[in-house]
Formats: sequence, C-alpha cells, structure tokens
Amino acid sequence: MADPQILLRDGPAATAPTVSLDAFAADTNATAVVIQPGEDARVLLAHLDRLALVEVTFPAFTDGRGFSTARILREAGYKGELRASGDIGVDMLTHLQRCGFDAIAPKDVLDADQIKTALATWPQVYQATVVDGRKPIWALRHGQ
Amino acid sequence: MYLYDQYDQAMVDARVAEFRDQTRRRIEGTLSEEKFRPLRLQNGLYLQLHAYMLRVAVPYGTLSGAQMKMLGDIADKYDRGYGHFTTRQNIQYNWIKLEDTPDLLADLASVEMHAIQTSGNCIRNISSDQYAGAATDELIDPRPYAELLRQWSSFHPEFLALPRKFKICVIASETDRAAMRLHDIGIRIVKNDAGEIGCAFYVGGGMGRTPIIAPLVKEFVPLDQLITYSEACLRVYNRYGRRDNKYKARIKILVHELGLEEYRRQVEEEFAHLQTLAIEPPLAELERIKTYFADPAFETGLPDEIDLSNANFAKWVKANTAPHKAAGYAIATISLKALTRQEDGSVKAGIPGDATGEQIRVMADLAKRYSFDELRVTHTQNIVLPHVRKADLFALWQALVAAELATPNLDDVTDIIACPGLDYCTLANARSIPVAQKVAERMAPKAEEIGELKLKISGCINACGHHHAGHIGILGVDRKGVENYQLLLGGCEGADTSLASIVGPGFNEDGIVDAVEKATNFYLAQRQEGERFLDTYRRLGMAPFKEAIYG
Amino acid sequence: MKIITGNDLKTGAVIWWTGQGWSLHVNEAVEAGEDGAATIAAEEAARRVNGAYLVDATQDADGIRPNHIKERIRALGPTVRLDLSLDPSATPAKVL
Repeated sequence: MADPQILLRDGPAATAPTVSLDAFAADTNATAVVIQPGEDARVLLAHLDRLALVEVTFPAFTDGRGFSTARILREAGYKGELRASGDIGVDMLTHLQRCGFDAIAPKDVLDADQIKTALATWPQVYQATVVDGRKPIWALRHGQ
Repeated sequence: MYLYDQYDQAMVDARVAEFRDQTRRRIEGTLSEEKFRPLRLQNGLYLQLHAYMLRVAVPYGTLSGAQMKMLGDIADKYDRGYGHFTTRQNIQYNWIKLEDTPDLLADLASVEMHAIQTSGNCIRNISSDQYAGAATDELIDPRPYAELLRQWSSFHPEFLALPRKFKICVIASETDRAAMRLHDIGIRIVKNDAGEIGCAFYVGGGMGRTPIIAPLVKEFVPLDQLITYSEACLRVYNRYGRRDNKYKARIKILVHELGLEEYRRQVEEEFAHLQTLAIEPPLAELERIKTYFADPAFETGLPDEIDLSNANFAKWVKANTAPHKAAGYAIATISLKALTRQEDGSVKAGIPGDATGEQIRVMADLAKRYSFDELRVTHTQNIVLPHVRKADLFALWQALVAAELATPNLDDVTDIIACPGLDYCTLANARSIPVAQKVAERMAPKAEEIGELKLKISGCINACGHHHAGHIGILGVDRKGVENYQLLLGGCEGADTSLASIVGPGFNEDGIVDAVEKATNFYLAQRQEGERFLDTYRRLGMAPFKEAIYG
Repeated sequence: MKIITGNDLKTGAVIWWTGQGWSLHVNEAVEAGEDGAATIAAEEAARRVNGAYLVDATQDADGIRPNHIKERIRALGPTVRLDLSLDPSATPAKVL
C-alpha cells in the first residue's frame, strides 16, 4: 500500500490495509482494496458501504484507465478515500482531482511548489464530471 | 463565427501559462523528456526531422481574417516564412523552437486560437464540412455541434490518456465532404421521422494500417444527449481499448474485436448510467453557440450571372467555385496545389498545402474584402472563401492570380493530397511531396480532360495522406533502404465511402508516375458518358486496370 | 563510421557531435568511437541535446555522408526546399 503524499480533503489518510480485488471478493472483513488498470471497478459497487479506501494504480502515467475507474466509483456514491498511486506526475493532479481522487501517492515525491501551481491551473472547467463538485462553464453561463 | 467569452479566453490563457511552466521545467531539467513528451504533444509540439513542429488547431476548419493573418505572421516571426495546411484542417509549422513556443501560443491566444490536443492520445481537433453554413445540401450548420464538442473535449480529465488518438468529425449534409466515416466518431446531423434534429453516430472508422469504414452505432441521438452519448462512447473505449499494442489501440479495433453489437450494448449501458448524472449542457448552451453561426447579412437581389468572357477566369470559376445556398453568392476554393507555367512551357507544381506568410495574409485580406471575414481549411489542403458575391468573383480571381493562388484544379488529378513525407516527418518511409509534384507536372496537360480524380499520397502506412481514400492512392514504403511506391485504386471518402486496393508490386519514383499515367490513359480509353475515373474503375474492376498498368 | 546526431533541446535544430560539442554541419561530425552511448547519456543529461542517437555514415571526398536517406535529409534539408539548406552546395542528387 502506497502512502499518500497529497490529500485533497481534510482529515487523515486512510490506514486500512489494502487487498487485491480478487482477495476482496473472498474476504468479507476487508475495508480497503487496490484496483489495477485492467480490473472492473463496478464489481465493487455492491460493497461501497464497507469500503474506507480504494487505491487505483497507475503503473504508467500514459495509461488513463484509472481516471474512468475513479469516476465510476464516485458516480455510484463512494464516499471513502480514493487514492491514486504509481507513476503520477504533477501535471496529472488536476485531472485526478476532477475525476474524484482525494489522495495521491506518487511513486516519486513531487515538489511542493509545483503541486501548488498545478492545482491552481484551471480557473474554470468545461465539463461536468459531477464528482469534483465544480460547476462547469456552461452552468455558469446559464446561471445554473 | 464563434467568439470566445471570458471563460473560453481564460481557459486558453491558462493553458498557455501551464505550457510555459512545463517548458521551463523541461529546459531547467526538472521534467524529463519522457514525461514532457505527452505534454508537449497535447500542445501540438512534435520533434520532427529538422526541428520541432507545431500543429495549430483550426476548430472545424473555420477561421476569421484576423486569425488567418496571425497564422501568416507566425510563419514569418517564428518559422521560416511558410506554413503547411493539413488533412485534419489544421496548419503546422516545421521549424519551431521549443524556447519560443510559449510566446507563440500566447500570440495565438490573442486571436482566440490554440494548439490544444492537436496531437497525443486524446480527443483531437473536431473536423467538419468546409462548406458548412454555405452549402446548398445542408440540413443545418454542423459547426455549433462541433463547437459544443470542442469545449467538452478540451481538457476532459477522464480522456487525456486514451489508448490512442481520437478524431471526431461532424457534418450535416447528404454529400460527405469531410471523410466523416473515416473518423473514430463520425457524426451526421439528421432529421428523424418526427422532424426532430439529432445525431447519427458512426463509430470506429479510420485509416492507418487497418483502414475501416465506421459502422452506424446509433441512428438518432437527440441533441440534448449529444455530449452524454459521446462520453459513453469514449468511456467504453478508455476502459477497454487495447493498450498492449499501439497498432491495435484505435477504437476501430475495439469495435471490430468486440463486435458492433457488443460495443453498442456496452455504450448503451454506460449511456443509460450517464444520463442519470446531469453531465449534458442545457440546450440553451447550444442555442447560445448557434447565435455565433447565424448567416452573415447576405444581400438580396444580387445577380446570378457571371461575365465569363475571360477564358482563364471562366476556367477557374468552373473548377474552383461551388453553388451557394444564397442567391448571388458562390463558394470559392483557393487551391494550394499551385501549377506554375515556366518560360519553356513546362509546368512546375508547388508543395501541396504549403503557403507563404505573405500568401496567408493575402488570403486573410481577401476574406475580409469578399467573404464576410471568413475562411475555411479543407481536408484536401485547400482554403475556402465560403461566401463570395458572384459579382466579386472576377476581382477575387485577379487578386489570387497576383498572389499565385489561382490554379484552377479543384478535385482534378493535380489537386493532390500529400502528407509531408520523408522530407519532414520522422515516421515516413518515403518522400510524398516530390511524387505529388512529379505526378502533377506529368498529368497537368490532361487534367481537364480527365476531370474529377482524387489522388492521395502517404509516405508511410499511418496514412496521413489518406491514400486508402484516393480514387488513386499512393503509399510510400521503404524497400531495403530505398523508397518504393505502391499504387492503390478505388478509394473514396465521400458519401459512397470505399477503401482502395493495392494493384500490384511497387514502383520507384519515376515508375509510379508512369503507372498513374497508364491508369488514367486506360480510363480515358474506356470511360462511358459521364463516368469519372472512380466510376469506370468500379464498373470494370481491378483486373483490366492492372493489365493496363503492368501488362 | 558511426556519428552522433540529435536535436538541440531549446531550438530543435539538427546537430552533430564534433568531439567537443555540437555543430549544425554534418561535415564537422566525428567518429563516435566506443564512448558513443556514454556521450549521448552525458549530453542528454546536460540538456544540450534531445533524442540523440548513433547513425552510420561514410567519409568520402565531399565530406561525411550519412548512409540512410533520412539522415541525409536531416543533414541537408527537405529535398523539396533546398533553399532552406545550411549547405549551399546541397542538391537533390547529393541528398538522394
């Protein structure tokens, strides 16, 4: 389990030990799970209530499957910690946040100033991802 | 034309600042090339054969005069005096410095332009019909829908690391002038039996090494579900598109391997889910965008007659203008496939799609004077002035003649699409431009007699030159370190989309020019009344053409 | 012979390793020797070059001629725009 360098919410990082998705199905006591890029997040949807932590791995920063994984979990109402881990550069942070991640555990530690700059990149956003709580530009345009 | 509001401008400005910071980090050494590469690509910056190359987005191919002028100024200020209009309706510059790029992007942003997502494994610039808003056969102007998709796809956080690049095209005419079904998603705006406007979705088309014509995935998506359905198509692709082999990573392979029914089922499932989430902009947003694409103030009562007493002008009018929906107006195409007669009587062909900074500014100025300040870039690498009064055509033509932009060869065998090829591109196996020039120079004397013949050349299997969709296609390959060219026949990007087939063994550079001439001579001998080259080929099939070329 | 080429990180210009530094002119390239890979690694780490690699070339009376057409086009310019070449003697025949 990778400890987060960045928390995008208040409160401490989740500490429950994670198990693999396969092990999670068999272990009814587990409250934390790791999802790899090829795995289907929707198998967790029936168990969201007992989950405190979902760690989504990014073995390579060029593999964007984890972005969909995150949104799918948040769209289904998952409220626990959603942690991105692995090959994560500072330039991915806003996209991760917009897809619902609230904890980031990069393989290589990121520079604090660069994190601050990166998180302030976008004044507004074009899309409703719904899961990031941001109003898209079209909603602002039409007073929604 | 669409104009940015403060939000659009802030987003583009934010992008310039972000890239300035990324460039600084790369030059200072805190960002490695491996990590920087996808970032620069998503800002259109490649490392090519001679230098960095920057591809600037021209959303759905539409430009204002001021934007076009800026493109000309950039050619002179940051490049070596010219730019290259591409088959994706964009423009690219071949000699860009990394250290200059943030300033260049800031200059672009000052005229509401950018290079966002013109490369990389993300949703690319949306393409459309170059005659949008002017065509006689159009249901509705497709560009507001393309603009809605542009905003949705810009910096979409879920879809910036897709398995591979993703190209979307939107048209609204019966005649497909944009190769819609050769895109990852092709959207045709249609009217259903109830008279409502909606979108037909074709998914999984493309060229490259596995050319596929996109199948119809959904007949009718209502306008207030356009973004939601697109998002469903993309999410299924992002999750399940192949990532183990870049040559099998496009959505066409996913659709093919899953099967159309299964892909459609998965999209429907995702679509049903996403519809519960309110991710769709309100129709009021589409209406807001539409106001920018209202018809310009066309004059009424204009004459439709054109004085064609000047023979050269008449030739240009016949070849390079198309009917306009408003009486008294025409659509004029400026050919960027120049043929220049030399003193010895021979013809010299220019570089397809290239224009000098000065020529670009001339076209910008002509748009202001004669076309309601609007231009279009075509996927055939030409420029369109969409709304020209017929009474102004002669003056326009004279100005084009003076700028060496009046070649009357639209859609004939000398109006060749060619990728940059090995003269500029690191991926290429063979040069494309010299072949295009030699073919054009050889065929010029017979071009008018031959009539419509779409010839398309790619310098490698990635097919940027659309060779699969050429009535005649040429594909450059590397045969043991020597350039070699394969001939293909029978492709078409239009409404009756078809893919070209390879005729036989390849040729060297002179041989491929001979082969094109033999194929066209055979066509001239065999054609029946009213048949284009493609029609004769379709009637007779490959065998007699092959015999004529190799026999 | 084997020579080293790449693109200048900041300008993107095609450059050739001269033994002491980088030149815009292929004729100033030198045999990379056994240290080619080390030179490439050191120069990339110093951010003087981007995407450096070794190419095969031949020394003849006219100077250094890369063996592959792609490298000759990089050295001499696009064959269709030799007016942009750094080498005033560049001709299509010389490139091909």
